[in-house]
Amino acid sequence: MPKPASPMAPSATFVWVRRIFLVALTLFTLAPVLVMASSSLKPLQDVQGPFRWIPSSLTVRPYIDIWSTVPLWDYFVNSLIVSLSATILSVVIAIFAAYGVSRYRFRGRKIFTVTVLSTQMLPGILFLLPLFLLFVSIGNSTGVALHGSRLGLILTYLTFSLPFSIWMLVGYFESIPRELDEAAAVDGCGPLRTLLQIVVPAAVPGIIAVGVYAFMTAWGEVLFASVITNDRSRTLAIGLQGYATQYDVYWNQVMAASLVVSVPVVAGFLLLQRYLVAGLTAGAIK
Amino acid sequence: MKPRYRLLPYLLLLPALVMELLIHIVPMAVGIIMSFKQLTQFFIRDWTAAPWTALNNYRIAVDFSAPIGQSLLNSFWVTCSFTLFAVAFSWLLGVAAAIFMQEPFWGRGVLRAVFLVPYALPVYAAVITWSFMFQRDTGLLNHVLHDQLHLVAEKPFWLIGDNSFIALVVVSVWKTWPFAFLTVMAGLQNVPRELYEAAAMDGATVWQQIREITMPALRPVNQVLVLVLFLWTFNDFNTPYILFGKSAPEAADLISIHIYQSSFVTWNFGSGSAMSVLLLLFLLVVTGIYLVVTARWRDADA
Repeated sequence: MPKPASPMAPSATFVWVRRIFLVALTLFTLAPVLVMASSSLKPLQDVQGPFRWIPSSLTVRPYIDIWSTVPLWDYFVNSLIVSLSATILSVVIAIFAAYGVSRYRFRGRKIFTVTVLSTQMLPGILFLLPLFLLFVSIGNSTGVALHGSRLGLILTYLTFSLPFSIWMLVGYFESIPRELDEAAAVDGCGPLRTLLQIVVPAAVPGIIAVGVYAFMTAWGEVLFASVITNDRSRTLAIGLQGYATQYDVYWNQVMAASLVVSVPVVAGFLLLQRYLVAGLTAGAIK
Repeated sequence: MKPRYRLLPYLLLLPALVMELLIHIVPMAVGIIMSFKQLTQFFIRDWTAAPWTALNNYRIAVDFSAPIGQSLLNSFWVTCSFTLFAVAFSWLLGVAAAIFMQEPFWGRGVLRAVFLVPYALPVYAAVITWSFMFQRDTGLLNHVLHDQLHLVAEKPFWLIGDNSFIALVVVSVWKTWPFAFLTVMAGLQNVPRELYEAAAMDGATVWQQIREITMPALRPVNQVLVLVLFLWTFNDFNTPYILFGKSAPEAADLISIHIYQSSFVTWNFGSGSAMSVLLLLFLLVVTGIYLVVTARWRDADA
């Protein structure tokens, strides 16, 4: 049997345009990564002179020094605790809410969805001032330290991830056939067991996609971290600025530290990216 | 639904409701109240004690003949043109890359992973690297433009003056286009292959197939995508803050940085809140119009 013609039989021009476009885009995309990697291996006088693609001498010194110039490890731990807690909280809360919205018709359903959707579009700066002042007031009147603590940061990071998580999971849950629920009900499963044993396992790609998104926004967040943290709760986003002193910027150390904090997230992301595409397809685009 | 489950949806929603109240509704209400108060650093410990000023903060913000109003207006226009360029380029790159990578070719999987790197890199690590690349004397950009290609006679400054706008757009596009790529890629999976097969049968070129099949099929995806890109870019704080610090050059003074500066650098929370509320109103109006218009299109299609 003859091979069917490729649906999009590419012409020679098409192939060339594609090639040139993709090469240019790859260079643009990778330029910062190349700079990061090469500069992180240069001695200080090299990064303080004119830029060179190929280092004149290589050193791993920056990778040793980053840990003592600033307390990078402490920032790492802070970022990890804050991001993980915010992710878990927002995923768990969103699963219950999305299940409620996608499986039940009840009074207030529409208002809830619209509210969640519209908070998603609000600028972070809008919540920054009030949350800052609220945290200070709460701390003064009750002694619960939200300002300057990890807890405060975890709560604020939900502002980004919760609306998106709910929105996406509603879409995802709705793509799961209702017949599965009904079969479970016939077998005598209550709603909670149906959720945990039927819906959640079927929605794993969507849940992973939402989790990855929540973790990455928290790991990369700068605005709230710059206002709400103090010396003890500082995250990587703010800590990395410590390599710039009044007199010098240790660019080689900045690049080394940037690389070190990026590797775990990028690796995790690339491992999970196919879930992200699957989750987006079913959740957000419907 | 059985009667005994009547309360269940509300119970399922309860945690989300509590959190939404705590992190969105209450702060928003507080923010609106704050915008009517003369809230300076003396009232940080107890913001409720600050005196009322009625609409004074708003009056100052929109008095475009005075310095505060003037700089707010400048910042608004800067943000609008920045958003226009950044969204347009991000969208174009994302759509083009997704379409070019729709059909398998050698190395496609690797390339897809590469293109997602800007999206995965923590924003501060990436933007700090860009700011290093934009340094006048030690940066890669001037090295390439001046030392290698001899395109410019004098090494330009990129992070101060008018060029800072270009720098901001470049970094923003770099970190935003992969999201467009990802979304369009997901959207393309829903386009039935039979359409292409039929078109190829009729002798349509690849470009015709893109124009006649791919782009119309992407319309619903694009409508959501452009809105999301607009909102993210318009509200972006991370990029300018890491690139320029607490006060950006006039040419790149985005609204979020502007509000941050007037609140936390000059310690005028009341006026910062008023600006936030104005920003919120603007976004609500624009989004509302957009949703109505795109709904019209959809009805016209149907």
